[in-house]
Amino acid sequence: MTTDEPVLHPVGEKLPSLLQSGEHDLCPGCGEPVAIRILLETLAELGLSTSTIGVVGIGCYTAFARTLDVDLVQALHGRAPSVATGVKRMQPDKAVFTLQGDGDMVNEGLQEVLHTAARGENVTCVLLNNGVFGETGGHMTATSVLGQRTKTSLTGRDAEYHGYPIVIGDLLAQLEGAAYIARGSVQNAGAVAHTKRMMRKAFESQMAGGGFSMVEVLTMCPTGWFVPTAEGPGYMGDTLGQVHVMGELKTR
Amino acid sequence: MSKRLMEGSEAMVEAAITSGCRFFAGYPMTPFTEVLENFAKKLPEVGGVCVNAESELEAVGMAWGALATGARAATGSTGQGLSLMQESFSEITLAELPLVAFNMARGQGDYFQSTRGGGHGDYRHIVLAPMDIAEAVELTQLAFHLADTWRNPVLVQGDYLLAHTAESVDVSPADFGPVPDKDWAVDGSGGGSGASKVISPLGIGKTNTPGPGIEGQMQAVADKLTRIAAAEPRAESGFLDDAEHVVVAFGTPAKFVRYAVRRLRDKGLRVGYVRPITLWPFPADAVAAAAAGKQSVLVFELNAGQMIDDVRLAVLGSAPVRFIGGISTDHSGFGVGALLDVEVIAGRIEEAVQAGVAA
Repeated sequence: MTTDEPVLHPVGEKLPSLLQSGEHDLCPGCGEPVAIRILLETLAELGLSTSTIGVVGIGCYTAFARTLDVDLVQALHGRAPSVATGVKRMQPDKAVFTLQGDGDMVNEGLQEVLHTAARGENVTCVLLNNGVFGETGGHMTATSVLGQRTKTSLTGRDAEYHGYPIVIGDLLAQLEGAAYIARGSVQNAGAVAHTKRMMRKAFESQMAGGGFSMVEVLTMCPTGWFVPTAEGPGYMGDTLGQVHVMGELKTR
Repeated sequence: MSKRLMEGSEAMVEAAITSGCRFFAGYPMTPFTEVLENFAKKLPEVGGVCVNAESELEAVGMAWGALATGARAATGSTGQGLSLMQESFSEITLAELPLVAFNMARGQGDYFQSTRGGGHGDYRHIVLAPMDIAEAVELTQLAFHLADTWRNPVLVQGDYLLAHTAESVDVSPADFGPVPDKDWAVDGSGGGSGASKVISPLGIGKTNTPGPGIEGQMQAVADKLTRIAAAEPRAESGFLDDAEHVVVAFGTPAKFVRYAVRRLRDKGLRVGYVRPITLWPFPADAVAAAAAGKQSVLVFELNAGQMIDDVRLAVLGSAPVRFIGGISTDHSGFGVGALLDVEVIAGRIEEAVQAGVAA
């Protein structure tokens, strides 16, 4: 079992120990690699490197199934919490997580994550929330905020025409089976550090048998938002960050 | 060997558990419900888990996860519920996970669903169709063996009659020989070693251990399915030696057909039968051999005519193929209708034979 001591270092200085390769084909300014780094560093720091099984959904982050040096199961779009349930019930001593986007978890698989939380299934769901279908090229998801321009809400999400966003973390926090629910962000270094503490608490909760945990991470998608790369973090804070507000939503 | 009087649902669940099944997830629906009930009661007694899933989509997903850890796992429903699982069935096949699924069908209208599949892409499931509870026990045990042998889903096709009637059966473990090691399963220990695994329908592999890619994975599964098609067809037949006509039927109605044929034999009608036990791979060679030189091939199935396509493909015009089945159900739609009657079936066989002679 390898355990990395917590270290502060600039993003990009070194590869996390749980990566087989740093190769990826994501867009410049994408927030997902930062969120995945947080996840991988947390697993290593908690000594879970050789006792973790991940279930990956379908989105841009799916490509990481190749490079993550973690035992993984590739699930269908939306279905990862159910697959994780089957994994955890057969391997109850292992850390089991899902890695999903907002299209995956909140659109296609809302029922799955709600029921998994309600059952108090002892798994950690990690949501990379950028409020857009990034992989298909910038379409509205259930978490897209009012006014957000996407290819399927060209003049901005309009409540009357498109309906309202689902603020998933807050919704899950209401369920009795949920032990730890938090929403972080990778929009700046402070948010990254804060989110990493949330990730650690979620897995600590799982390993203590606490029940369902979920860490939502707001991630930049300048390509899917049609904004210049450098403006991604600021845009996220001004739009998604105003609706999907960072913080711990449920602890016990 | 000890026989006990059991309903089919209970017998099939016991057969699954004696085969090592330790995980089941399902959603209640008649006539599948008692399969779920029995798993819920019996799996915890052996340290297993049964989840009353919130939907069929979730049930098949949970089984997927359990299978990925190397456990023997199953799901099931009626054909209606299995319709909801088809997306996962396609991808579980491409991920080469050894799923066993039970379809306690309402009648026989799910033949196309079971043998062609309602999901996307190129995939097939081995489909086992028992005619009675004793055979359902044997084929349930065989299902887990074949699933592990081929790393391919196997569907056990039952119905209301099989689920809800009782027979005296023996469910002691069956030995079908060794199965390959599950060295592909994930237990979480691979992390950080450079040799972690990924179970994926996409053939992606890992950076250090690249997979065959999507096209390569699809082709590998297609090639495997060709080998299954050659190796696994199963059929039972009777009275073929001097027969002039042959009846083809599967599942519980085939047992009625077999009895009807025997009675017609007593009346001097030269008729025999073939019963496909595997619906896929369809026992085309056995059906073709049975049809050779016959005056007619009669197909009895409780639907509008589905297996008859496979019979025609097997016979390839060497004998006339006539449909003597039909849609038949009770008022609840559970598939037990007026056609499931030896007198009626015998009458239809006689009529078809006479019509063939007149033509």
